[in-house]
Formats: sequence, structure tokens, C-alpha cells
Amino acid sequence: MITTQPSRAGRTASVSRTASARLPSIVRVSLVRGIVEIKQFTRQREYVIFTFALPIILLVLFGQIFHGEVDHTGVSFRQYFIAGIIASGLMSTTFVGVGVSIAADRDDGTLIRLAGTPLQPAAYFAGKAILAIVISAGEVAAALATGVALLGLHLPATPARWLTLGWVLVLASVTCTMLGIAAGCLVRSTRSAFAVLNLPYLVLSFISGVYFVFARLPAGLQHVAAIFPLKWICQGLRSAFLPDRLLAAEPVHSWEHGRIALVLVAWLVASLVVCVRTFRWQRHPDR
Amino acid sequence: MIAIDGIDLEIDRGEVFALLGPNGAGKTTTIEILEGNRRRDAGEISVLGADPAQAGREWRARIGVVPQTQTEAGELTVREMVAHFSAYFPDPRDPDEVIEAVGLGEQARTRLRRLSGGQRRRVDVAVGIVGQPELLFLDEPTTGFDPQARRRFWELIAGLADDGTTILLTTHYLDEAAALAGRVAVIAGGRVVAVGTPADLGSTDAAAMVCWQSTKGPRSVRTAAPTDCVMKLAREAGGEVPGLTVTRPSLEDRYLELIGTTTSARRDGAQR
Repeated sequence: MITTQPSRAGRTASVSRTASARLPSIVRVSLVRGIVEIKQFTRQREYVIFTFALPIILLVLFGQIFHGEVDHTGVSFRQYFIAGIIASGLMSTTFVGVGVSIAADRDDGTLIRLAGTPLQPAAYFAGKAILAIVISAGEVAAALATGVALLGLHLPATPARWLTLGWVLVLASVTCTMLGIAAGCLVRSTRSAFAVLNLPYLVLSFISGVYFVFARLPAGLQHVAAIFPLKWICQGLRSAFLPDRLLAAEPVHSWEHGRIALVLVAWLVASLVVCVRTFRWQRHPDR
Repeated sequence: MIAIDGIDLEIDRGEVFALLGPNGAGKTTTIEILEGNRRRDAGEISVLGADPAQAGREWRARIGVVPQTQTEAGELTVREMVAHFSAYFPDPRDPDEVIEAVGLGEQARTRLRRLSGGQRRRVDVAVGIVGQPELLFLDEPTTGFDPQARRRFWELIAGLADDGTTILLTTHYLDEAAALAGRVAVIAGGRVVAVGTPADLGSTDAAAMVCWQSTKGPRSVRTAAPTDCVMKLAREAGGEVPGLTVTRPSLEDRYLELIGTTTSARRDGAQR
């Protein structure tokens, strides 16, 4: 038995001091974590540049490749794919980026160091989510600016559409961040993390209406995609940017906002459960 | 896999206690169990009055941890690193004072990745003590330090101990255990093989080694009564005994003997 006991002399002064001081609130430490994450991101210049350049370059490429409109709806392919590129960039940043960063934090000793403090894992996750939302917002702004300047995109015209854009982006970022954390808890090392996380991300991008008009995909693939979040994020973003005329070319002739929210929240809850049950600050090879 | 078995220790508040042993002896496993960062299969533990496996955040706020692995996250400055860790604790030390205390005042605005290995290790220590812990765990804190940096580090730890911080450190350096710790437990193969003050462990009561040259070659005998042995040798030789030496084991000899690395060497010596 190993014990550390108070000596006769005791340290009553320091003990009472510790008892009287309150632990910092989870909101405060979450913000501290968020600021640290943002600082670490913004100080890696090439990471910042390439993160924001990717959606812009993809949009410009798509603008060169695709012409014509989707099923005589008056919506051009270029505009249709803007929603997909934004959704795909968001998932790349949140799901792949966060998952890899968890593995990296494990490899570089950050997690072991945090394990020695009273920090709650939830505050650590919140810091990741704050960074993911900040990066996503920047990517969306970059993509929208490109879309408006080069591809004839019109910004949402009504407050209701801005509201849709807002809740879809926030819910999508938070859900994909939690999925990334859950996946990051399961991968073994930073080196394998890219390979492990890119596979589901790329497969979902192909079947969720990022690179192809969703309604034109084989029905089987549509059903598979409908299980996962990316299809719903794309659909939610289309509903914010594109006119209701496009509904004629959607598989169900509705934007299905309720179902989008339901699917994303379901994934959010499922990944939260995985995170809470599997997350350990330290991983030991012998267990 | 059983990494440690049969470790039974009591450490008092305000004590500096060292777990001394070779690599793979189970020091880190022991310390991680005490920190609550590793599960144990069996046994009873009480750290600051709580079982580390069950203890909550209030308990964690009272301990400080310097893990064995070194910080590699490099984009923050020293000041930012220490300051953000201080924000996790209810009653932290002033980050600038801690940075001064570990001797990094001039590097406070330097990013971690620009620091040398020894400087980064001092950042680890700063992060470990910024929460003003009652109990500090140091897992091989000075591995990779140059001698001067080690001396400075020892002074820092002695200062913390003087302020009343209980310190449990692991080390495979004997001189470090002797310089810092009031008591030392020697661990080998996952077991405690000896506990005592550094002076106890290197005690002069231990058997002495008498070596000499006989006509058939070098001889040596381990005995608790070296004087008798030498007198007997002198009678047999009828005068001066060739190549006579009488040695007491140093702390280092005693330690090497405890962890079992010199057993076979001594036997070889005795047979010659």
C-alpha cells in the first residue's frame, strides 16, 4: 500500500487555501483551450495558407470544368458545387483535421501533460471545436467570396436563409469535430491518422453530392450517403444558397431541414458517447 | 503483463522521496498509477487521502505532474505555455515567477521549438509546478541535462521542498537521489528491494571486500570481519600480503548489487 499522509506538523495553511479556491469554470478553460488551439494553428503559416487555398482552388477548377445547368432549373453546375465544396472543406477541416490533431497531441506529449491537470476532457474537446468553427467560418468566407466574384453565386437573399446557413454550419462543424475526436481516439498514431481518416472522408465526398449532382447518383449510393452527415450538410448549404427552383432536381422535393438537423444531432450524440467512453488522456500499449 | 508487484511504501507530507532503479524497473508504472493516469489490477493506494483511480478534479488540482516524455508541441512561447496551464488550476502561482524560478526568464517570449532539450525540460517542470501542487511527481526530470543544468535543477527542487511541497521523483541517477531525497526506494524487476535514507543504503556496516595476490593468482573474500581476515592472511604469508586491499562498498556498489547487475561479476571475482 502506498500512502502519503499528513505529517504531525501538517500544512494546514496550504490545505485550507486549496479548499477555499474554486476550480475555474469549464466555460473559461474551454475558451483558454480555444485560444491556444487558434494560436497554434495561425503560427503554422503554410497550414493556414493551404487550408484556405484549397476550397478556392477547387472552386476555380470546377468553374473551368463544369458548364451548363442542373436539369433546366436555372441553377448552374458551378453554383451547385459551391455548396458541396464548402461542405467537403468543412468536413476535411473538422473531421480529418481534428482527428489528426488528436493523434498528434497524443504523440507530442500534449495529452500526457494535460492529464496531469484538473482540465476536463470536455474543455479540451471544446477547444478543438472552437478552432474548427473559426477555420470553417474562414473557409466559408473564402469560398463565398470566390463564388460571388467568379462563379455568379448570389449570397443568401433573406434573413431566413442566412439563419439556415448559420445553423447548418455550426451544427455541421460541431458534429464533424466530435466525429473527428471520436476517430482520433481510435487511431494509433499521427502517421496512420491521415490514411485512416481520409478514407471515409473521400468516400463520403464522392457519394454525398460534392463532386456529382446527388440525385444523379445510383439509388443505392444515395441510400448509403443518407446514413452519414456529409450528404445532409451539402443539402443544408444548397438550401441556403440556391433558389427553391433547384428542388425539382433534388431526390426528395424538399430541403428537409428537420431531417438534416435530426441526422446531424444523432451523429453528434453518437460521437459524444464514443468520445466519453473511449477517450483517455494516456494510452498504454498493455491494455 | 505484471509490471510492478509488491511495492509497499508510505511517504509523509513534506518528504522528498526517490524511486531509484534501472530502466524498465517499474518506476514510471508506479508513478503513473499514483498520478491516477494508469489503472492497477490490485492493491490499495491512498494519495492525499484519496484513491487516484477514483479521485476527482479537486484532488488533481492538488498534484503536479512532470511526465517522463518531453514537451514537443512547439508553436507556443514559454510564457503562453506556462500561463495557459496556470488557467486550469484554482490557485496557481504567478507564471512569470515560475518561469524565473526554472531559469527561463530570458526565454519567456521564445517559442518552445526554438529551445534546447534541457530548456524544454525546464518548461515541463514549470508546467508541473505552476498549479502550486501539494504533491509533485517528477518522472526522470533531469535525463539529458548537462551537469550544470542538473545542479541548478536540484536547487530548484530543494527550494520547492523547503516550501513544504511533497515530492516523489524517479531517477536512475544515484547522485540525484542522494542529493535530493530524504528517503530512497530502490526498485528492480517491479519490486522494492530496499528502502532507506541514502546514507542507510550506502551503509558502512555492509560486508567488506578483501583482495590479495596468492601464489595461485588473485583472490578475494567478502567478509563482515575484514580485520580478522587480514590478520589471518598476514600469519599465513608470514609478513606483507601481496596486493592487499580492503574495500567497503560505495553507495553505487550497493545499488548495483541491489538491482542485481553485479552479482555474477562478483562471483567471477571470488572464484579466480
